Amino acid sequence: MTAAAESSKTIVLDKRSLDLRRLIVRGLEGGDRGHVGASMSLVEILRVLYDGILRQDPGRPDAPERDRCILSKGHGCLALYAILSDRGYFPVEELDRFCHADGILGGHPEYGKVPGVEASTGALGHGLSIGVGMALAARMQNRDSRVFIVMGDGEINEGSVWEAALCAGKHRLSNLCAIVDYNKIQSAGFTSEIQDLEPLLDKWTSFGFATLEVNGHDVGALQEVFSRLPIDSGKPTALICHTVKGKGIPFAEGDPKWHHHSYFEPEVLDEMYQAVGGRA
Amino acid sequence: MRKACVNMVHELARKDPRVVFIGSDLSPGLLEEMKTEMPERHYMEGVTEANVIGMAAGMAMDGYMPYVNTIATFITRRCYEQVALDLCLHDLPVRMIGNGGGVVYAPLGPTHLAVEDIAIMRALPNMAVTAVADAEEMVRLMDASLDWPHPIYIRLGKGGDPIVSKAENGFEIGKGIVMRKAEINDHALLISCGVMTCRALQAAELLSEKGIDCEVMHIHTIKPLDEELILERAGKARNVYTIEEHTIVGGLGSAVAELLAEEIGPGMPAFKKIGLPDSFAKNYGVQDDLLDLNGLQPPHIAATVEKSMFKAKVA
Repeated sequence: MTAAAESSKTIVLDKRSLDLRRLIVRGLEGGDRGHVGASMSLVEILRVLYDGILRQDPGRPDAPERDRCILSKGHGCLALYAILSDRGYFPVEELDRFCHADGILGGHPEYGKVPGVEASTGALGHGLSIGVGMALAARMQNRDSRVFIVMGDGEINEGSVWEAALCAGKHRLSNLCAIVDYNKIQSAGFTSEIQDLEPLLDKWTSFGFATLEVNGHDVGALQEVFSRLPIDSGKPTALICHTVKGKGIPFAEGDPKWHHHSYFEPEVLDEMYQAVGGRA
Repeated sequence: MRKACVNMVHELARKDPRVVFIGSDLSPGLLEEMKTEMPERHYMEGVTEANVIGMAAGMAMDGYMPYVNTIATFITRRCYEQVALDLCLHDLPVRMIGNGGGVVYAPLGPTHLAVEDIAIMRALPNMAVTAVADAEEMVRLMDASLDWPHPIYIRLGKGGDPIVSKAENGFEIGKGIVMRKAEINDHALLISCGVMTCRALQAAELLSEKGIDCEVMHIHTIKPLDEELILERAGKARNVYTIEEHTIVGGLGSAVAELLAEEIGPGMPAFKKIGLPDSFAKNYGVQDDLLDLNGLQPPHIAATVEKSMFKAKVA
C-alpha cells in the first residue's frame, strides 16, 4: 500500500471537514436516505476544489469563464450539495428537503435545477466525456477555463470512461483533470474482489495522462497538487485520490454495507452527528 | 443524401460559428475541405460512440452545435444511455446523423440494419426524429436544423434516391407535407417517411390506374409529429396506411396509430401499418432486395392496399 493510501486511513479531520460532513448528515436526515459512504469519502476533494482552486463565483454560476467541475459519481451528491450550499450557491435549508417531492436536491444532481451543478449525473461513466467536450470547447473559444471531473472507483469499471480517456489523451487536454475517489469499495464490495483496478496509476499513464496519487483527505496535500496543474503542459492530468469510504463516520468507514442507507434509526443519526461534532 | 448532409455541415459551419463536426471512425478524407479550412471544428474520433455523444454534449453545454456522424445502428443502439441522458435530459442542440437508416446496409447483415432506430429515438423526451425523402430535402432539413434548439436524429438513406420533394412545399421541422392530393373523399391515405415516400407515390400511381384514389402524406419529422395535419387528412379518408422502412414496432406506424386511436377513437378510418416485420433480417442482398422480400416496393404496397382496403371495417 502506498503512503498516500496508508495515511488516508489515519488522518484527523479538521473543523471545516467536520462542518461539511454535518451538512451531509443533515441531508441524510432530511431525505431519510442517501449514499453515506460515497459522499463522506469525497468531502476533502470537493472542499479543496471549491474553497480555492476552482475559479467560480456562486453569484454567477453560469459565467462563461468559470472553471467547470463535474461530479461524475453523481451518487456522492450530498458532498457536492454540502459544499455548494456552504459557499452560497443555494440555501443550506434545501438539504432538509433532500429527495423531497418539492425539493431541488435529488438523489443524483441535476443540471438546471441546482445552481452550481454542471451536468446531470447518476448513470456512471458519463462525466469524463462531457468534460472532454467542455475542455475542447474552452480550447476552441480560447478560454483558460479548466475542467475537473470527479469519478468513483466503481464508476471507472465503465468502458465509456476509457473511451473518454483515450480521447482526452489524444487531444492532449492539459486543461482537464480526471479525479478518482479511490475509496476501494464499490456497491457490491471491495474493488479488489469485484473488479480490481490495479495498477490504476499505470492505466491512466498509459492512456496519455500525467498522473499523481495523493491522500484524498489531506487538505494540504490536495491544495499542493491542484495548485500545480497542469502537471504536464501537453497532457491531461489524472489524480488518484486515496480515500476511505464513509470517512468521518466510524461505523461506516470501510464498510461496504454503508455505500447507501435508507430509514435511519434515531440513534444512528445521533451517532453520525456525534461523529461530526454534534448537531450545531 | 449522405453527401448532401455532410456537405451541408461544412456549409453551415461557414456561416455559423457554433457548428462543429464530430465523426466516429468514418471514411478517410470525409469533409477534408472542412478539416483544412477550420481544423478546430472538425473532429474525427475513434470507434467510441458513447464518448463522442458525451463529448458533443459537453461542447453543446458551452455554446456549440455539434453534428455527430456515424452508422445509424451504432449512433442509436450503442450509446443509447448517452443519447438519453447527455443529450435529451440536458436538452442540447446536438445533431445525430445516422448513416444507412433502414436496410441500406443489407449486405452487412442484421448488426448493421437500423430498423428500430426511429422507435428508440422517438421514445426519448426532447428528441426530434427525422427521415427526409431525398438529397434536396436533406439540404432543407439541415438549413432548418440551425434554428432548432433541441437534439435531432437525422436518418440518412442510401444516396442517389430519386428526388421527389419539392422546394415549393417548403420545409419546417415537425410539419408534414401532402405530396399528392386525393380527388375524392373516401380515399386511401398513405402516410410515409424517408425514402418510402417515393415508393408510396409510385404505389399511388399504380392504384390510380385501378381506380383507387390515394393521397400521399410525407412525414419527414416523425417526432414531433404533425398531429394536426394527420388528423385533418385522416378524418377525410376511409383507409389509412403507414409505410416505412422500419419495423412495425414503434415507428411511424405506431405514432400514427396512437394518434388516431386516441384522438378519433370509435369511427376512426381503417388502419394498417406497412413496414418491416418484428424480426431480424434473414437475408442479405442489397436494400432493394430486402424491400422486395418484405413487401415494401411500390407494386407490393399497391397490392397490400388494394387487398386490404375493401375488407376494412368502415365506420
